[in-house]
Amino acid sequence: MSDTPVLAAASTTAATAPSPPRRRGGRRREQIAKVLFVVPAGLTIVALFGYPVIKNLTMSFQEYTLRTFFTGKAPFVGLANYAEVVSDDVFSKALANTALFTIGSIIGQFVLGMLLALFFHKNFPLNGVLRALFLLPWLIPIIAGTAAWRALLEQDSGIVNLALERVGILDSPVPWLTSPDVALVSVILVNIWLGIPFNLTLLYSGLQDIPEELYEAGELDGATGWKAFWHITWPNLRAVVSVVLMLGVIYTLKVLDIILGLTQGGPANATQTIATQSYQRSFVEFKFGEGAALSNILILISLVFAIVYLRATRRQVDE
Amino acid sequence: MTAMPTLRRRLLTAAALAALTPLALSACGGGDSDSSGSETTETVDSLTVLDYYTEDPGHTQTGDQLTKCGTTIGVAKIDHQSVPGPTLIQNVLQQASSQTLPDVLMLDNPDIQQIAETGALAPLEDYDLNAEGFAEGPVAAATYDGKLYGLQPGANTLAIFYNKDVLEKAGVEPPKTWDELKATAKKLTTDKQYGFAFNATADYEGAWQFLPPMWTNGGDETNLKSPEVAGALQLWKDLVDEGSVSKSAINWKQSDVNDQFIAGKAAMMLNGPWQIPSLDKAKINYGVATFPINTAGQTSVAPLGGEAWTVPVTGNEAKMAKAAELVACMNTDENQMLRAKQGGLVPTKLALADQYKAEVPEMAGFVDAVATARARTGKLGAKWPETAKTIYTGMQLVLTGQAAPADAMAKAGAS
Repeated sequence: MSDTPVLAAASTTAATAPSPPRRRGGRRREQIAKVLFVVPAGLTIVALFGYPVIKNLTMSFQEYTLRTFFTGKAPFVGLANYAEVVSDDVFSKALANTALFTIGSIIGQFVLGMLLALFFHKNFPLNGVLRALFLLPWLIPIIAGTAAWRALLEQDSGIVNLALERVGILDSPVPWLTSPDVALVSVILVNIWLGIPFNLTLLYSGLQDIPEELYEAGELDGATGWKAFWHITWPNLRAVVSVVLMLGVIYTLKVLDIILGLTQGGPANATQTIATQSYQRSFVEFKFGEGAALSNILILISLVFAIVYLRATRRQVDE
Repeated sequence: MTAMPTLRRRLLTAAALAALTPLALSACGGGDSDSSGSETTETVDSLTVLDYYTEDPGHTQTGDQLTKCGTTIGVAKIDHQSVPGPTLIQNVLQQASSQTLPDVLMLDNPDIQQIAETGALAPLEDYDLNAEGFAEGPVAAATYDGKLYGLQPGANTLAIFYNKDVLEKAGVEPPKTWDELKATAKKLTTDKQYGFAFNATADYEGAWQFLPPMWTNGGDETNLKSPEVAGALQLWKDLVDEGSVSKSAINWKQSDVNDQFIAGKAAMMLNGPWQIPSLDKAKINYGVATFPINTAGQTSVAPLGGEAWTVPVTGNEAKMAKAAELVACMNTDENQMLRAKQGGLVPTKLALADQYKAEVPEMAGFVDAVATARARTGKLGAKWPETAKTIYTGMQLVLTGQAAPADAMAKAGAS
């Protein structure tokens, strides 16, 4: 969840860039210059995006294992890899976990990010300092962050349980990462913590773009508090909200490091997702064909959301 | 922008061309690495070595030993590279597909057969090397399809570490049977301290830690649904259910287990000799005992750990021959002793056992264990990883109460 604003910015500039004026004389040279300018970007896209995607697609139809790297042979096996990963007992659990993890994370991140954005939108002392502090989860390397959370959520000596018991909220320690019933919730909570800065930053900047006059005019018509939020803030924020949600979904679907750092998919597969399963098959079991099949399934799911996102943003541009 | 001067347009074209140049250059750069393999020069003046000893003092010690061996076999330069353990295989795969494999490759013993199966390693018999006088475990791990692919200078295994002060205070002896283990662990458990600690994570490390009870009880990786394996699962479950082992064990790596032991939060632990330097540094008064047995007549069996040196097939015959010499040199009596002392290992040559026990008495508990230590891949070979996954999944199902010991392995996918 790090470089999303760049993506969002790129897509809007691409859509709104004016077409350059043309002149008859030397038009061909100008065309060549244009093509030459496009070529580096085109080659980069083909090399860095096109090739891996195509390779991943072909790999998923091959028996691509350790041996392939030494012999160069990867026999075509049709849909066998897909059949294998889908029929695995863990698959349905991983699919359900992926959905729960994504939905839970997005709701948590978005609601908290929105509340914080509204809070920081008001003027008060130390506003900037506090807002900067909220960006911290974003600045900490994820592996370091999860290692810290693993210690905090430790059942016997973790500070979270100690604090909750000391305050009297809990009678017995919560097995945050060691119970199959709780582990997924814990992983979601950590991911929410990690996703708040992204939501906060984008929503906050969205709020700042809403002209103050709208609120002044609304106030005259009696729209204050909740009413102002529903009738002024929310409609004006819609574009930002859709970007935040769609990108959030796409980035959450593929989360891997947080889960590996916290539980490695355990206990007893309770936190396996499609992403961790794909990683497990590719880089632990070295069955790259099966890993590719799983990641293609994940790409397909992301693609659905990407299309929804693109359509939503196009409609806004049309408006 | 409407009337663009010709000069400016030319500049633009030039700029676009300039932007393309690095792409073209880098495309050329990739091509010329292949040519070196075909030369068959008789004199070898350098060898590349890849291992995962990234941390000091291990990295420097291994490097020094390699350089010395290089001098012995007449190779001027040993290019010693280390990558982090978890990425070693991925690195080797990349090198294999780009034909840049190192001349000598270190592999963790359970990985050897998987890599040998791909045809990437040269049989050491081709260079007149054999493993005569070595303990059985390391040889089994390095043998694929009847051929020897690696020589392992030092081995480690798992044993029970106990805090002597704590046991003395409680008036108990280190356990020799499973019943004693349960009783002792329970007796040593207080508000602030668990009696025992082990690692039961959902990975190969968790599977490796389950092998001492499984194998000691007569369980076998070829038949995970046996009552013997269920018995071992029951032991792990009892220890956790009785509160003698923290429920967090299912999320503790071996390093976490060691931290708990050092912090005084566990009176005993299942761990390996690589933890000894940190225990000494923390001034813990510890003892080492082999893993207890369940019923009379059983022998304690622990899994074999440690790394072997192998010779990848690089295509350069002269270098491969020298690489084999280097592997042999790393396994001389003298070098096995040195490596063992430096790395907290046990020499794999059985003849060195007594001398080693005399010189390094604190490792005595591990010397006998290594002599009988069993290789994870000894029976299943390249199929081991799949079975290991079943083992750790079954273990986690039991410890989280989702399956009974008797049918956990079946539920985890054991056939």
